Amino acid sequence: MLKDQDRIFQNLYNDKGSDVVSSKERGDWVNTKEITDKGRDWIINEIKESQLRGRGGAGFPTGLKWSFAPKEVGSRPHYLVINGDESEPGTCKDRDILRFEPHKLIEGCLIASYAVQAHVCYIYIRGEYFVDGQKLQAAIDEAYEKKLLGKNAAGTGWDLDIYIHYGAGAYICGEETALLESLEGKKGQPRLKPPFPALIGLYGCPTIINNVETIAVVPTILRRGAKWFASLGREKNTGTKIFCISGNVNNPCNVEEEMSIPLKELIEVHAGGVIGGWENLQAVIPGGSSMPLIPKERCETLKMDFDACVEEKSGLGTAGIVVINKDQDIIKCMARIARFYKHESCGQCTPCREGSGWMWRMLERMAKGDATKDEVDMLGDVTNQIAGHTICAFGEGSSWPVQGLLRHFKKEIEKRNNLNPIVQKKNNIPYLVDQHLLDKKNA
Amino acid sequence: MSLRRPAKDQPETFEFNASSLEAANVIVAKYPDGKQQSAVMALLYIAQKQNNNWIPLAAMKYIAKFLDMPYIKVYEVATFYTMYNLAPVGKYFVQVCTTTPCMIRGANQLVDACKEKISEKECELSNDKSCSWMEVECLGACVNAPMMQINDDYYEDLDKEKTLDILDKILNGETPKPGSYRGRVNNEPENNRKTLMDLKNA
Repeated sequence: MLKDQDRIFQNLYNDKGSDVVSSKERGDWVNTKEITDKGRDWIINEIKESQLRGRGGAGFPTGLKWSFAPKEVGSRPHYLVINGDESEPGTCKDRDILRFEPHKLIEGCLIASYAVQAHVCYIYIRGEYFVDGQKLQAAIDEAYEKKLLGKNAAGTGWDLDIYIHYGAGAYICGEETALLESLEGKKGQPRLKPPFPALIGLYGCPTIINNVETIAVVPTILRRGAKWFASLGREKNTGTKIFCISGNVNNPCNVEEEMSIPLKELIEVHAGGVIGGWENLQAVIPGGSSMPLIPKERCETLKMDFDACVEEKSGLGTAGIVVINKDQDIIKCMARIARFYKHESCGQCTPCREGSGWMWRMLERMAKGDATKDEVDMLGDVTNQIAGHTICAFGEGSSWPVQGLLRHFKKEIEKRNNLNPIVQKKNNIPYLVDQHLLDKKNA
Repeated sequence: MSLRRPAKDQPETFEFNASSLEAANVIVAKYPDGKQQSAVMALLYIAQKQNNNWIPLAAMKYIAKFLDMPYIKVYEVATFYTMYNLAPVGKYFVQVCTTTPCMIRGANQLVDACKEKISEKECELSNDKSCSWMEVECLGACVNAPMMQINDDYYEDLDKEKTLDILDKILNGETPKPGSYRGRVNNEPENNRKTLMDLKNA
């Protein structure tokens, strides 16, 4: 288990209060000026050496992202945008940072803004977290009062203003370009990339977008050194991470742990074990709903980091672990996730808009045992038609969980759905035709 | 995508009152000159708050003029985001999360409780017109599942009985205490905390 002194978020459970005085006792804002005095290049290099990877789901190296910002500020100002639109089912880590460790985030914003030369930072928070956003706003007001923000913020000589922008219940705004559209006051529909936001982002200006957790760990990394951070976890998967363990466990919780911690340890030690015992485990979704599930046998040895999860054809994502035990109907669970994606598709690309609903309807039928044999393969086909054929990664996010289900639980689906296809003979109907309309006519 | 329709009965006019106007001007100042369109989401919230928790079409027209942007753009935003209510909802607006992490911990019991106490159908006002409920997608409190949101507050670690209690309270016009209903502190593992114990016991 990670030693307590190596935990970055000491106030994760709000033992000490989130105001600026108690935050300073925990080490925030202590020597911010010393850090910025070492210069932009030093900060970016240190973050690169710490091998910090974005905590928002994609795991992109943060130092590298910052280095994409233009070195000189041209005619267009630079912006820093913090992504706090946490909506991935299974994930609730950013909420705790917003309400219990806001000063870590604000100080991180100052350092990151300095590194990418931004004078304005927007924090985009999902609308449902209104109460938690107010707590962050109180912390921002406090920081302004203590001259930690505004002109010559915290004595660093850098001017920074931070504003909160609330979302309004659109999951897709967690995608960085959709978030920018939303910030500009439009529908949250993702943009084509390139151009990447680092060059053309908010209002057409260079913009760096980072997750709340990524920015909140930055001050601690710079204080304790890249070497310390890189010594935790393993190569390319370094540092600590807040894991959210939900679902069928005895003590669902958020806990900060070292990267590459075995999944079994997380569940057994911190979350009090699976309800009904480890033997009752059916599957685990390791990184929020968009990552494919992993069946029990693989969970025994799985280490929780980016690369190890990819080896299992899944992903660490946001580290929102959803534990599903054998009392649950796995097809129904995935059908509900498919319904989530059907509801949240922004409707811009046809494969995703139509396909997400199609997958949901098929899975609902399969959960009831109303589907025919051929539909199982058709479902796999539909997922392949969506993934990789859309502007943003939502296409992958919606089809991966279904592909995961088909990969590991195909037998279960086939056992339940062994109806013969109503249209028996092959009459050259392309499978993209809405099959059950034809079925009715021929019935 | 979700289907969203504006209400049939619409008021003729809408205008910000003094406090809304003040709040709106503070919001517009957050964004660079000429980029006032960014404030549309926040202004829709202000309109919603002023107008009993829903946004009439007249408010969208008013905001469009206020921000000097086309009405259709405001309409687009208001119909795209699900947190803008386009039809009247109760004074107590109950949103039950039923996405998978909540579902496997029994969110359907919360839905049953809402059906029993408020109304048989989603988005329908209760008999005394004070409450309405709906199923929503993940509210981001998965380790506190099952949970629901009433107006701005989260009610966590629920079961059917606790939900019935809470609903009884709001139907009597009280506002119950938000947070966990199993008495646990925030997101810590209940009775099983193994980390940061020095801070807890300090």
